[in-house]
Amino acid sequence: MNVLVILIPVSLILGGLGLAGFFWTLRHDQYEDMEGDAARILLDDDDPPSEPED
Amino acid sequence: MSVAACPGCVATPAARGDAAAPGLDALVVSLPDIHCAACVASVERGLTALPFVTAARVNLGQRRVRVSVTPGAGMPDILAALGELGHAARPLDADLLRAPADARLLRDLLMRLAVAGFAMMNVMILSVAVWSGATEATRDLFHWISAGIALPAVAFSALPFLRSAGLALRVGRVNMDVPISLAIVLACGMSLFETASGGTEAYFDAALSLTFFLLIGRYLEQRVRSSARSAAQQLAALETPWATRLIDGRRQEVRIDALAIGDRVALPVGMRAPVDGIVVSGTGQMDRSLVTGESRPATVAPGDTVTAGEVVMNAPLVIRATSVGNDTTLRQMAAMVEVAEGNRHRYASLADRAARLYAPVVHCLAALAFAGWYLASGDVRLSLNIAIAVLIITCPCALGLAVPAVGTAASSALFRLGLLVKSDTALERLAEADHVVFDKTGTLTVADPGQAVLPELDPAECQVLLALAQVSTHPVSRRLAEAGRRAGVAAAEVTNITETAGEGVSGFWDEVPVTLGRGPEGTVLRIGDRVVPVPLAETLRPGARELVRRLDDAGMGVELVSGDIPVAAHRIARELGIETVLAGVRPADKVARIAALSDNGHRVLMVGDGLNDTAALAAAHVSISPASAVEASRAASDIVLLGDGLDPVGRAVDIARRARRRILENFGIAACYNLVAIPVALSGHASPLLAALAMSSSSIVVILNAMRVAR
Repeated sequence: MNVLVILIPVSLILGGLGLAGFFWTLRHDQYEDMEGDAARILLDDDDPPSEPED
Repeated sequence: MSVAACPGCVATPAARGDAAAPGLDALVVSLPDIHCAACVASVERGLTALPFVTAARVNLGQRRVRVSVTPGAGMPDILAALGELGHAARPLDADLLRAPADARLLRDLLMRLAVAGFAMMNVMILSVAVWSGATEATRDLFHWISAGIALPAVAFSALPFLRSAGLALRVGRVNMDVPISLAIVLACGMSLFETASGGTEAYFDAALSLTFFLLIGRYLEQRVRSSARSAAQQLAALETPWATRLIDGRRQEVRIDALAIGDRVALPVGMRAPVDGIVVSGTGQMDRSLVTGESRPATVAPGDTVTAGEVVMNAPLVIRATSVGNDTTLRQMAAMVEVAEGNRHRYASLADRAARLYAPVVHCLAALAFAGWYLASGDVRLSLNIAIAVLIITCPCALGLAVPAVGTAASSALFRLGLLVKSDTALERLAEADHVVFDKTGTLTVADPGQAVLPELDPAECQVLLALAQVSTHPVSRRLAEAGRRAGVAAAEVTNITETAGEGVSGFWDEVPVTLGRGPEGTVLRIGDRVVPVPLAETLRPGARELVRRLDDAGMGVELVSGDIPVAAHRIARELGIETVLAGVRPADKVARIAALSDNGHRVLMVGDGLNDTAALAAAHVSISPASAVEASRAASDIVLLGDGLDPVGRAVDIARRARRRILENFGIAACYNLVAIPVALSGHASPLLAALAMSSSSIVVILNAMRVAR
């Protein structure tokens, strides 16, 4: 049972990393235009058009 | 995990993107036709290649492009460029589109959802160990770890429910969030007590999964609501906000709201009058179909009045503004409509009606369970546990999750068909409609100059008609001349041709006086004493015939109520196979007709576009208008059709009916599940494992069922 001392914190930290990753994607507007992002993967632009500054 | 620093604030910093870079104007343009990666690439590459564009970014989900331009360049340049690229484009008002509050609310909910999901999964893993037989110290340790994860997570994630329940209780009402909050708070409190006293049953996982599933529902609901709101804003912004003002002979592009009374406004051909005014110079025809429903153009000359919403047909005009902004006839109509809309806001959605029934029943059940068990056993702890089990088991997942899931699936299906749903109860009302009232001009028909058909005249008459028609610039004449040329008719020898504005063209054909002009019932051709009516050819909107047939097959009554003259209305009705026709109807009579139908127990769907339809659109149970309609009509209707064809209307009715069926099915599923689960909970046999299984499975079943709407 002593292994739990390691396993439980490890599982929480791994899950927490996932959560932190999700927060990061939220912060970077990655859910604004999911349909567009799905389509953009098909474009083979070397230098993508810049974001409008608004 | 730490929730001390509110992650919601971290992820949703206040008013992101509100600070515009100085010297750069961001313009937003609606592109209703874009649908794929190639469109995205062509728009973005085409625009950024222009010297005055600094950046362009397409949002495919919202069918919009946001463009930054250098000072000096403006909306007309962008629209022209997009036109050259082959995309239909409509200008939007960037100021109106900015809705940071909505976006922040959605992000906030997503954040709470993520926290609840994370905590739920971790607690669930620990709970599995307990369920599969962990005992004594291990069980207690797992319960304590669960409590450590669950309590802060619930405090953060369930806040929207707790807050809303608190607000409701403070004003003495009970909403759906009250039983939810009660279940969550009691479950957490009781489980903490059980954990502290070394008990066997803890409901931390149930409290978290309840929060998680209901947050999904809340998030979907908010998305439908904010997309309905942004649809409404998008439309407010659709009206071209630019006009050309003349100052000392100089032309100046200004926003419409900057126009003042007395300003001279130039109206080029095809422009919709932005303000009410008096013609100062120019003589020409105005298309009043949007304002009155007449398909016949009206002639205006200096001194005549022009109403906002009329479209200039054949000659540029200059008008002097007599009323602007909110005083224009158009806006006043819109204000009247707001009043008429009041009764529609009182419509209670299916979910509301079910919730009104649900909350008291759940409270009574839980209270009865507690009282009953307390009387029977005298054990407060046992009775409280059973009452909590009842509250958790009766979780309103079907209400809180299934209805928004159906709404989301259905409105995104409609958006793909080119329909903007503006009101969040519109779908349900559309599903209830059993009678359809169509307007004619501009709704079932579109004026298309190239598509006129020659009336049934004998060849000689046709030749005279063409001879007269080809000398005039009147839009009707131009249509007739075009049709004649296409039919290969040769013009007759007509001499001494003169044109009188507003009256028509006349001349002599072999000494016989002939006139093409106004008659009592539309355009007529006079040859000597003979009067031949020339019915105006209107083109049916694409899909109109199919739509009428489809509605007929679906068992809906269809009728045509038009402000136009009887000849024109009956001809279109015959072509479409509509039997009930009311022609020459004034706006107030349209409302009366709808009221009469409603009194007979019909739920009326009104489809119209003109200013004369606005009151009827607002009075109907549910209403649809095409994007070409006047602003007031679009404002009054629940759903706006973005494309040119009418056939999406029929499919929208299908989708709405299917959505309603799914919602009812989901209620049925939830009811069955409760019928089984409530007796188990009441009899004290509900364990945390059973509660978790039942809750997740019912939530997943209703969501899967909701997804079938889009199929």
